[in-house]
Amino acid sequence: MIMAKPKKAEEIISRVKDFSRVLVAGCKGCVAICEAGGQKEVEVLASAMRIHFSQIGKRIEIDEVSLSRQCDKEYLQELADSIDSYDAVISLACGAGVQFLTEMYGEKPVFPGVDTCFIGVTEEQGVWSERCQACGNCMLGETGGICPITRCSKRMLNGPCGGSENGKCEISLLVGRDVACGWHLIYERLKKLGELERFRRPSEDKDWTASRDGGPRQIIRKDVRP
Amino acid sequence: MRLSYPTNLRIVKVPCTGRVAAIHLLRAIEKGADGVFIAGCMEGDCHYQEGNLRAKKRVTYIRGLLESIGVDRERVAMYNLSAGMGPRFAEIAQEMTDKIRQLGPLVKSTNAGKEVVA
Amino acid sequence: MSATTPSRLEKIIAAGHLAVTSECGPPRNGDPEVVSRKAELLRNHVDAINVTDNQTAVVRQCSLASCIRIKLLGLEPVLQMVTRDRNRIAIQSDLLGATSFGVHNILCLTGDHQRFGDHPTSANVFDMDSTRLIQTVRMMRDEGRLLGGHQMEEGRPQMFIGAAENPFADPFEIRVLRLAKKVAAGAQFIQTQCIYNMEKFKLWMKQVRDEGLHEKVAVLAGITPIKTVGMAKYMKNKVPGIDVPEAVIKRIAGVPKENQAEEGIKLCLEQIEELKEEEGIMGFHIMAIEWEEKVPEIVERAGLFPRPAVNGSE
Repeated sequence: MIMAKPKKAEEIISRVKDFSRVLVAGCKGCVAICEAGGQKEVEVLASAMRIHFSQIGKRIEIDEVSLSRQCDKEYLQELADSIDSYDAVISLACGAGVQFLTEMYGEKPVFPGVDTCFIGVTEEQGVWSERCQACGNCMLGETGGICPITRCSKRMLNGPCGGSENGKCEISLLVGRDVACGWHLIYERLKKLGELERFRRPSEDKDWTASRDGGPRQIIRKDVRP
Repeated sequence: MRLSYPTNLRIVKVPCTGRVAAIHLLRAIEKGADGVFIAGCMEGDCHYQEGNLRAKKRVTYIRGLLESIGVDRERVAMYNLSAGMGPRFAEIAQEMTDKIRQLGPLVKSTNAGKEVVA
Repeated sequence: MSATTPSRLEKIIAAGHLAVTSECGPPRNGDPEVVSRKAELLRNHVDAINVTDNQTAVVRQCSLASCIRIKLLGLEPVLQMVTRDRNRIAIQSDLLGATSFGVHNILCLTGDHQRFGDHPTSANVFDMDSTRLIQTVRMMRDEGRLLGGHQMEEGRPQMFIGAAENPFADPFEIRVLRLAKKVAAGAQFIQTQCIYNMEKFKLWMKQVRDEGLHEKVAVLAGITPIKTVGMAKYMKNKVPGIDVPEAVIKRIAGVPKENQAEEGIKLCLEQIEELKEEEGIMGFHIMAIEWEEKVPEIVERAGLFPRPAVNGSE
């Protein structure tokens, strides 16, 4: 799922301080699960904003809504009747949701309320980590189900660099937490699977056209289109 | 025991302080309270294991949030005491009231000044 | 092994001499004198001079320009190239530029992560890793082809291809597999991470020999003299992939501060002596970090001077 983290309230406030009616729009998809932009977070942000503005004597009306998703038109459509009564929208959806909302309601200023971070998993409550960079060309079948593009800080394709120590990536020293060496994981996993031969084979150059490097991506499937 | 404590307090009873969500603390302030404190059980004595510890985390979070929006963090607090500590409750209520009075009303223009305890 | 490129380093190794290389770190400014000065210090005492490529991700004068400068002084450079900062277009372009100036040695590296350096917020590239860089250079040299398929009629790189290996990184058992992969990709010489843990290094060399790799690739042992006990501790604790055993730190700490530098030199001379006997060691890569002036002395005291002349080197 898409992981996000809340932006600082003061940043959001500074964006909308000159409007008089503001809608805080949450999303009940990914960002709700990672507790960054769901209904709960909408309530807290909106309440904090009301407290702030009333304390400084500003009359700004702040309303709340949470949509099932902001990455589908049919759910965004739910705002069609009310959107005109707002001067600005703060969307707590991921970057995709924020943009889709912007596209649907072209005249409204829309501001992001979260920082969209990565595609990842919930390791434990309150701990989310990255697992996929959406390179568009999945090679997990070659690497024992562990992604070197995501899990290796240098996205190496031929094994660990010289900075791996005790199974930890060299950046661990800098980021203040243990980051597992992706290639250490891959090696251990291939060993377990009895597939170390895969490791011996030098890789080909990665084709990055399906990744960010190839420009904005789109999937068109004739079989699914109406 | 007939203990007196400030009359500006409004008590909201909850089965366990673990029930108090971040939004409840904010709502109290939004609705006019100038301060909120949670009176939870002693740490380690929660009937539901860790309800009071969760409440503590939420208080910490909300204090940080308030500070970031220009509201004094001291307006929200967490205290731990047992049901048998009546005098301590009165003391805390007084202490909190004094602190909030010192800070003054959150919204200067209104003279509403309440305190809520959960 | 017989030499196939104009590289002097390759010829020295092919002739069976113990090779000596050293390195020179370019300055963090555009001063033209620094590299020249450092290179002149090494002129008569080493066979080739590595020029680091923005090492530890700190911006410095570029490796290629510095290599050209060294070449113009009549010395032999080893172009270090990291894949951190260049995509395959820039990599090949730089290789062609190096070729046009007669740079005949390359050391293929992935590079330290940019978060270590002075621009931790920058983007990185990592279009390919060191192994693929090795393959790329070999393909350009041997097949005269660019990655995109373009066939070069003339002006192919004539490069002796090197790689780095860290015998002390984890998992240990993967290191020799990694080396085998680099050798298969086309690496002809290896410069190792600086060696302090001799026991572990010899264990690694044994595995190298067991795989028969010592016959396919020239291993140059990495030697870095320790200047102070502070430096030893720093490397132990702060530099990823460097293994400084407690005994080494104790030894340096055991002498008065003013004698620590000499003790560090003695230690590295002992290491060189010991490694000369190790089967498969074809030379030494002496990295005196910001202490280049000590290299001639080390080379002389290690009995590696004078450097042999080889026929046909430029």
